[in-house]
Amino acid sequence: MNHTSRVTLTVNGESRDLDIDNRTTLLDALREHLHLTGTKKGCDHGQCGACTVMVDGRRINACLTLAVMHEGSEITTIEGLGQPGNLHPMQAAFVKHDGFQCGYCTPGQICSSVAVLEEIRANIPSHVTKDLNAPAQLTAVEVRERMSGNLCRCGAYSNIVDAIADVGGLTA
Amino acid sequence: MRAFSYERASSIEAAVTVAASNPDAKFIAGGTNLLDLMKLEIEAPTHLIDVNGLGLDRIEPTSEGGLRIGSLVRNTDLAADETVRRDYGLLSRALVAGASGQLRNKATTAGNLLQRTRCPYFYDPNQPCNKRQPGSGCSAIGGYTRQHAVVGTSDDCIATHPSDMAIAMRALDATIETVAADGRHRSIAIAEFHRLPGDTPHIDTVLQQGEFITAIVLPPPIGGKHIYRKVRDRASYAFALISIGAVIQPDGTGRIAVGGVAHKPWRVEGAEALLSNGARETARGILADARPTEQNRFKIDLVERTLGAVLAEARG
Repeated sequence: MNHTSRVTLTVNGESRDLDIDNRTTLLDALREHLHLTGTKKGCDHGQCGACTVMVDGRRINACLTLAVMHEGSEITTIEGLGQPGNLHPMQAAFVKHDGFQCGYCTPGQICSSVAVLEEIRANIPSHVTKDLNAPAQLTAVEVRERMSGNLCRCGAYSNIVDAIADVGGLTA
Repeated sequence: MRAFSYERASSIEAAVTVAASNPDAKFIAGGTNLLDLMKLEIEAPTHLIDVNGLGLDRIEPTSEGGLRIGSLVRNTDLAADETVRRDYGLLSRALVAGASGQLRNKATTAGNLLQRTRCPYFYDPNQPCNKRQPGSGCSAIGGYTRQHAVVGTSDDCIATHPSDMAIAMRALDATIETVAADGRHRSIAIAEFHRLPGDTPHIDTVLQQGEFITAIVLPPPIGGKHIYRKVRDRASYAFALISIGAVIQPDGTGRIAVGGVAHKPWRVEGAEALLSNGARETARGILADARPTEQNRFKIDLVERTLGAVLAEARG
């Protein structure tokens, strides 16, 4: 049986062809094959969120999906959000608010943060949403709940919430 | 992870035919649980059938006034659906109580039902586990059992089913629509879908080899207050110690399903007649045959107290 596949992904706007072992996760494809090492491998089991990327506009754990399952998908990694000299507003806000210490979880935190603001805008409810039939609100409590899939062992959480609140236009 | 071949299914018929002829093949949809287990070689399929392209991602009204949820609808989309939020709020609440935003974006409705236990002994290939390796023994019995089941257990397994969504589905009397390799369709009541462990804890559900879930159907809405209350060791992103999914009517009658206590979503319809007598009697009825361990005996009290809080919230 054939244990390899050819897959074409669009990564940060660029079409990329890969011949890969079927076992290759999207995370390993990004890091080891495309050398986009901004996306980090933490637990490799979907528990820490360090590998968070956007696939077709939605945040997912890149460690818990196979690259071969994403033929034709549009993938955005931290490198695609912004670059030195041209930072995404969320990247700039993390710098401004000191939203990290060692930095290992930061790419995942930033990808997740950008997606959280979009999810609130799209009226997707969360565990702390009081009224399911009213528009989702941007509050610090909502941000904390929605960011619970991204762990930060340095404990920069309060500054991360400040950065997201700043970009989202939340005045505490 | 063991090597495997991979195909994208072109149709449901093609998918079930391949799966029925190869006992080592597995369907993959969201993959958030399956790939985790494959990394640990707890699951080791030799062939994966990717069913993501089959178009089963719609939520549609049924002619009976209920809702047909495609098996591939993502947890996020199901929780955010306008009709679900309005008429089946319990389901929305249960979904957003589970996992993380990233996982809910990928995980599917059918996959959520089919996810496997998070018993730490099941996850540790170095320990005996009847669910992972039939006949090898249960390491949880006599081990660390704070998270484990208190009711419906057997001498072979005390694992719990981890899903929040399934608790809501059980209270809402969902049915699961499937198609088998011979093209036969069947509808399975959620009460019958998950099994108790008995002496075959490696078999989680009544699905046959190659049988494929196409949709989950909800009956017409029943009104009432929809409440999902989950008690866990941290405020977010943790499995339940116990959870309660409830639909309570203005006259005080209602439905109660309990999570974190059994090998399947736990509901005892007979005990719901006790709701007018309060949380204590109802909880005792629900957990009448409980066999807790010293370490998880607290779940009995926790169900009663959480149910008390749920009933108070329903009274407003």
